[in-house]
Amino acid sequence: MTATEPLQAKDFKTDQEVRWCPGCGDYGILSSVQKAFAALGKRPDQTAIISGIGCSSRFPYYMDTYGFHTIHGRALSVATGVKVANPELDVWVITGDGDALSIGGNHFIHTLRRNVGIKVLLFNNRIYGLTKGQYSPTSERGKKTKSTPMGSVDNPFRPISLALGARATFVARSIDVFGAHLEAMIRAASAHEGTAFVEIYQNCNIFNDGAFKSFTDKPVRDERVLQLEQDKPLVFGKDRNQAIRLDGDLRPEIVTLGEGGVTEADVLSWDEAAENLALPLALSEMPEDTFPVPIGIFHRRGRATFESGVQEQLQAARQGRGDESLDALLQRGETWVVGD
Amino acid sequence: MTSTDQPKRGDATPAGGNAAGGGRSPQEVDQVVIRFAGDSGDGMQLTGSQFTRTTALMGNDLATFPDFPAEIRAPAGTLPGVSAFQLRFSSFDIHTPGDVPDALVAMNPAALKVHIGELKKGGILIVDQGKFRPNDLKKAHWESNPLEDETLADYRLIKVDLQKLTRETLADAPLDTRGKDRCKNMFALGMLYWLYQRDPDPSEQFLDAKFKSKPDIAEANKKALRAGYNYADITGVFQVAYRVKAATFMPPGTYRNIMGNQALCLGLVAAARKAGLRTFLGSYPITPASDVLHQLSTYKHHDVVTFQAEDEIAAVCAAIGASYSGSLGVTSTSGPGMALKSEAIGLAVMAELPLVIIDVQRAGPSTGMPTKTEQADLLQAMFGRNGECPLPIVTGSTPADCFDAAYEAVRLAVTYMTPVVLLSDGYLANGSEPWRLPKAADLPPISVRFAQPDDHPGEKFQPYRRDPKTLARPWARPGTPGLMHRIGGLEKRDGTGNIDYDPDNHEHMVHTRAAKVAGIANELAPLEVLGERQGDVLLVGWGSTRGAITGAVLRQQAQGRAVSACFLRHLNPLPNDLETLLRSFRKVLIPEMNLGQLAMLIRARYLVDAEPVTKVQGRPFTGEELDAKIQSALESCA
Repeated sequence: MTATEPLQAKDFKTDQEVRWCPGCGDYGILSSVQKAFAALGKRPDQTAIISGIGCSSRFPYYMDTYGFHTIHGRALSVATGVKVANPELDVWVITGDGDALSIGGNHFIHTLRRNVGIKVLLFNNRIYGLTKGQYSPTSERGKKTKSTPMGSVDNPFRPISLALGARATFVARSIDVFGAHLEAMIRAASAHEGTAFVEIYQNCNIFNDGAFKSFTDKPVRDERVLQLEQDKPLVFGKDRNQAIRLDGDLRPEIVTLGEGGVTEADVLSWDEAAENLALPLALSEMPEDTFPVPIGIFHRRGRATFESGVQEQLQAARQGRGDESLDALLQRGETWVVGD
Repeated sequence: MTSTDQPKRGDATPAGGNAAGGGRSPQEVDQVVIRFAGDSGDGMQLTGSQFTRTTALMGNDLATFPDFPAEIRAPAGTLPGVSAFQLRFSSFDIHTPGDVPDALVAMNPAALKVHIGELKKGGILIVDQGKFRPNDLKKAHWESNPLEDETLADYRLIKVDLQKLTRETLADAPLDTRGKDRCKNMFALGMLYWLYQRDPDPSEQFLDAKFKSKPDIAEANKKALRAGYNYADITGVFQVAYRVKAATFMPPGTYRNIMGNQALCLGLVAAARKAGLRTFLGSYPITPASDVLHQLSTYKHHDVVTFQAEDEIAAVCAAIGASYSGSLGVTSTSGPGMALKSEAIGLAVMAELPLVIIDVQRAGPSTGMPTKTEQADLLQAMFGRNGECPLPIVTGSTPADCFDAAYEAVRLAVTYMTPVVLLSDGYLANGSEPWRLPKAADLPPISVRFAQPDDHPGEKFQPYRRDPKTLARPWARPGTPGLMHRIGGLEKRDGTGNIDYDPDNHEHMVHTRAAKVAGIANELAPLEVLGERQGDVLLVGWGSTRGAITGAVLRQQAQGRAVSACFLRHLNPLPNDLETLLRSFRKVLIPEMNLGQLAMLIRARYLVDAEPVTKVQGRPFTGEELDAKIQSALESCA
């Protein structure tokens, strides 16, 4: 391959055998990432993929870029150091619901609030896979697992709500089996300056098979999934006649277009740039069993990145007294001379 | 005081005191130890550091020891709220801030209660008389007023109503009463400047600079300082002043007074600049290491990035990320933070990335005594990680020596592609001494070479292809075309770096990582020994015990005893010539502020009957304590 030739998805593949379980949702995500990276014309040598621990965190070994498979929960911290020390690099973090939200929860919220220019793909399978099937911080309450034989009494996080609460500047969701949509979200994340957070629903066919089946299965998909698109009404359904409207208390409700005089003008037109986080939060918090599941960009806004602030200070300091030699630094403060 | 003249005992009262002191010429002494003690709000650290600064500029050798409570402001007048600053200065070479003060300034009954036991008999005791009211005495648990009974009969008690005198001095100053009272530490400082014939000018300049935007406060402090000086001069309250000539033994050069944490920061930056690297500090505030974060954050123009992380783990991980991307990653902390960083340090060992981990030790375990010193993290630095996880450990032994220690830590980290633990402690961090400034050109070179695409034409890049001499792997900076590779915490095949669980490979890698660190010993300079290389008793020191050990050993040598000492810069690996040295003495003593951690390592490694000399009081060894231990060791040799 030469620098002038456009890269293809296969150019991002490594010679390492992929060791996820056959049928794992991670395969689809890997493929979408490789396609998106190729389509974006990314240069492998300018790209660093950082991961923590978990099934998803094996990801860097399968991408022929720079990669660092770190320790449990800390990928975002390592990635912060990579990006801040070297802002030219294109830095991606691959993480999971345990890695990012349980052991690494603190780094997750702080990275988002700082708005470090890192793209975060969180593979949410609502289970611990690599440790063989314990409930995760996104598992539903009552979930029976190896560690909760009588059902979990934990309440789950909703990663989108958590990211919004941490004042993230790019918050999106996609699904492993929605290849084209996922690719689009990866491309949108890549274009975002600042931390881009993409939650990806990913099926673990060994320990939590079918977790998302109720809305991802082809026959029900159109009825059960709501695609958020900028400036478009929140309409869903095979016949595109179902919609989401907010009632007087800002509670979402499902309405049918054409019934009771409801028209598209009555339903929400989606604005991912809305300053009022109540709207994306309301969508994120909709009960999964009675409402459609939103995917797409919940929130996107511009805000100065952390690393640009750091660079500006470095430059200002250099302009201030950039010519200070090492000797001058050592001699700062009050000195006295002892003669020969 | 080593002067021949014993200070006279007496109770000089300021009121109506004769002016005898004013006319007499100052008495020459070769050293003085003074201690300032008061409430944490009384400005004792500022007072002490001003005296230090002036004394440094006057060319004395000096050593300081600040001792402050963990509470920012404990309830006023109580025993836990006492803050102190000790300074020893001299005309000859000194190694410690001294054991017993010649003069004590006690700003309240609590300060008197905490510190009077250590004032030398016949020493000068200055108390703020106005602060000895019944309620003040009660808060400090004095049953009767020590100024009015025989409690203080062994000292030269100088009672001064600092508050009253300061208020009178500042009667016309445009400050409220509280503001005036805050100047009384300067009144006390002025008195001591007269007593020890110090030049008040540098402090006046300092006050002008410090209160640049508040000229009224600057003026009031300067006025109080001068008033204190004149008060001592005119009233003759001290009877006689003392003079300590400038030190003459000091090698020619430019000097500045420096604290351990400051020297450490300069050492890091100097080394990074010599190596041509950006410095990236990831840190989380913790006593007594926070000043490293503070100071490095002012060196941005020397390409230093500081990142105050959300926790200790994020701090070290960000530093590892920075190293991975081609900067010098550094993290600074104290013992509790070290514990949190353990797993990440293991990752840096496995990924074989340079990293400097600064542990400014404090008294533990757990939160322990945050502002008090200890050396009990050595075994944590050595072994506090899962798996066989060796890394080099270096240490500084005096405040100024922290520069060289930090420089060496950086050199080892980038030369051997390894995390390095740099052990300091609270006593080094906050203590100070004169430092002869090195010239940048004289500092040893540190060469860093990043892997290049054409290093091995036609071959796939191998992230674990090792340098045959150092066993270091190449440092390939992301962004370099053609060197894309993956590393991580999983065991990997040597050379290719591919994940590999083969039993023989794991054994090979464990041994290789150990050999890389052990091999550092082969390039270390021979140990310097204080005294002969054989004899009766050898003291082995590391870190801040150096001063006390040096003093004790010199005293023994002056009496003709065959006592020597050596001080370890490198605690892992230990120098190759240490074993021979240990075996050349009849008795080996290892003083350390823990329960014998280095002694345990040395005994295990060499099967030498080294005897630990331990102290865990949050305070450094005194000369007396070591004298006694050496004495009994000598007796056992006889």
